[in-house]
Amino acid sequence: MAGPRIALFIPCFVEALAPATAGNLRRLCDRLALDWYQPREQTCCGQPSFNAGFWREAARCAAKFLTDFADADAVVAPSASCVAMVRRYVELAALSSEQRAAAIEIGRRTHEICSYLVDVLRIVDVGASYHGAVAYHDACHALRGLGIREQPRALLRHVRGLDLRELPGGPQCCGFGGTFSVKYPEISASMADARLAALEATGTATLVSTDLSCLQHLGGRAERRGQPFIGFHVVDLLAAQGPV
Amino acid sequence: MRQDIRDRSRDLLRDDKLQDNLRRALGHTLDRRAALVAENPGWAELRDRARDLRDESLRRLPELRAQVERQVRGRGGGFHFCRDAAEARARVIEILDRAGAVEVVKGKSMVSEEIALNAALEARGIAVFEGDLGELIVQLRGERPAHITAPALHLDRRQIAALFRRALGQDVDDDPVRLAAAARRFLRPHFLGADAGITGANFVVAESGSVVLVENESNIRLATTLPRLHIAITGIEKLVPRLADLAPLLALLPVSATGQKASAAVSILGGPRPSGEDDGPREFHLVLVDNGRQALISDPILRPALRCIRCGACLNVCPVFQRIGGHGYGAIYPGPIGVVLARALLGRSDGAHAFACSLCGACDEICPVQVPLSRLILEVRRRAQQDAGVTAERMAHAAFAEMAQWPRLFKMALAASRAAIRWWPRWFSTSLTGGWTDLRAWPRPRRDGELRRRTGSGAT
Ligand code: SF4
Repeated sequence: MAGPRIALFIPCFVEALAPATAGNLRRLCDRLALDWYQPREQTCCGQPSFNAGFWREAARCAAKFLTDFADADAVVAPSASCVAMVRRYVELAALSSEQRAAAIEIGRRTHEICSYLVDVLRIVDVGASYHGAVAYHDACHALRGLGIREQPRALLRHVRGLDLRELPGGPQCCGFGGTFSVKYPEISASMADARLAALEATGTATLVSTDLSCLQHLGGRAERRGQPFIGFHVVDLLAAQGPV
Repeated sequence: MRQDIRDRSRDLLRDDKLQDNLRRALGHTLDRRAALVAENPGWAELRDRARDLRDESLRRLPELRAQVERQVRGRGGGFHFCRDAAEARARVIEILDRAGAVEVVKGKSMVSEEIALNAALEARGIAVFEGDLGELIVQLRGERPAHITAPALHLDRRQIAALFRRALGQDVDDDPVRLAAAARRFLRPHFLGADAGITGANFVVAESGSVVLVENESNIRLATTLPRLHIAITGIEKLVPRLADLAPLLALLPVSATGQKASAAVSILGGPRPSGEDDGPREFHLVLVDNGRQALISDPILRPALRCIRCGACLNVCPVFQRIGGHGYGAIYPGPIGVVLARALLGRSDGAHAFACSLCGACDEICPVQVPLSRLILEVRRRAQQDAGVTAERMAHAAFAEMAQWPRLFKMALAASRAAIRWWPRWFSTSLTGGWTDLRAWPRPRRDGELRRRTGSGAT
């Protein structure tokens, strides 16, 4: 295998809530003959603490990440919000100046999976097939944090048999926001409701996104509302080779 | 305070009428704005220029302040710099008293809200009439503005008509033209009879000492020309160096604020009426208020908040503001920019406002002067947690960060949580999370069999 050695970063909530997505990511990398490995020591990028205002705690996670991924040619993660976090490590005052210098370096080499495939490897057809209609949800951290808009759509359009639909009303936050949904659950649920109504209007119950946290949040709300909902990570569909 | 926003939000979310009004008003403004931005290829460049200009102003503030003082005094106007809200209120009252003013008409001014000027004037026996339609409406209702540029956006025409019938004794239906006419009928004698007009200022030009006011209803032109005394009160950050600087700012402001290409009127006022001329007030005062702004300028991280030109676009686009409106926040500066302003200018330091945000970043994208709002919100959160000291929340994050140092322990904890989440009863998670799971099911590990069946993929 030629090319860069890719370290996969599997976010902790993916590990906890959707281990199959991690597996799908590895299968996808194999199919594309990428030289990947998964550093065994990895844990959490620190984003939950960062967003909640606990930057010293976030810096401890950041320091560990910087050590765990120091040698990787590229770090690839199935989560835009974690990648956006890594790219902001430099703002953490609790890190040493060497660590912050390393953060800039590693931040440059760290990519969300769709962006890595399309922007770096220039691949849009990963040879996947999936029969069915799905709507795409722009995760805020992907769209505004990393400027990812077309990449996942291009990849999904090349999945054979897949009917890609847009949510009416354009990109809107799902209302998760981590600590926000705990502190203001009613507002957060109202935001989810708006997204779920948009999903309903597309005529499919399947929503796909770069970030599982949005999908978990929307899925939980859909369950309470009794609305059919299936959430897929983009990677689940890119790994799919079902009958068309 | 944290609980206050949540408590209010519960009621506001249940208020269907309010939800409807907010959706309609904000939706229209955003749609019109989007259309105008789409047809303007120079928008991004305008934003860059405006940001640079605002930064230049903030950098040169002491010098600009001296310049504007010279200009205003040179033309016979009064110039006042007030360190805080109390000083500003006292100064305005002093000016009014000296002029023997007992009735005031006002143009829309958020700084006057910030320093709670109306209440101070009324306590002094000075009658205050808001001249802006939206401000008049909230004044008549005994409310504070629900938005920094659209004070009455939480109400619809029918509610306003009912208010006018009740409070003004005018027999009006909900036709907007007739509503405006009713307000005009009520206000006209006050414009003519008022001793003083008090307005804000969208910008103050240092090189000419002129006050720039943007409006749609012409009430500001009346308030600044009919009474014998005009007082303009605004924050020190509204200074700009040159008249030419107004071009990009005035191109961005109405599009961002109301989705209009241009506002109906822009007044550039030069102070008191020169002798031999017939127009303008005989007496003019510019009151510049600090009230926490200087401290904000010296703050290396929060400083860009003072670029703000108070267009309100970040409120309009904020999914939280869209649901609770300005009254939900309980601060006259609501929404994304309000997170910083409420802390720095209104002294609200608990961070409640900062956490009423999903960090979606829509505000960053829309702000015409590129205030990095979500970055500032994160910073306010950080400081609020620092101020709070050792809390249960901090200890939980500290424990998590510690666990993250031990990969094997961390993986075991993840596996345990996976199992626990799958099996624990609903009442348990509900009591743990204070209502979170009343509204949404606890995130469950996905059934991977289903995933396999649907995608033909297998978990490894
Ligand atoms: S922060 Fe930006 S978008 Fe918000 S009111 Fe100020 S200028 Fe407008």
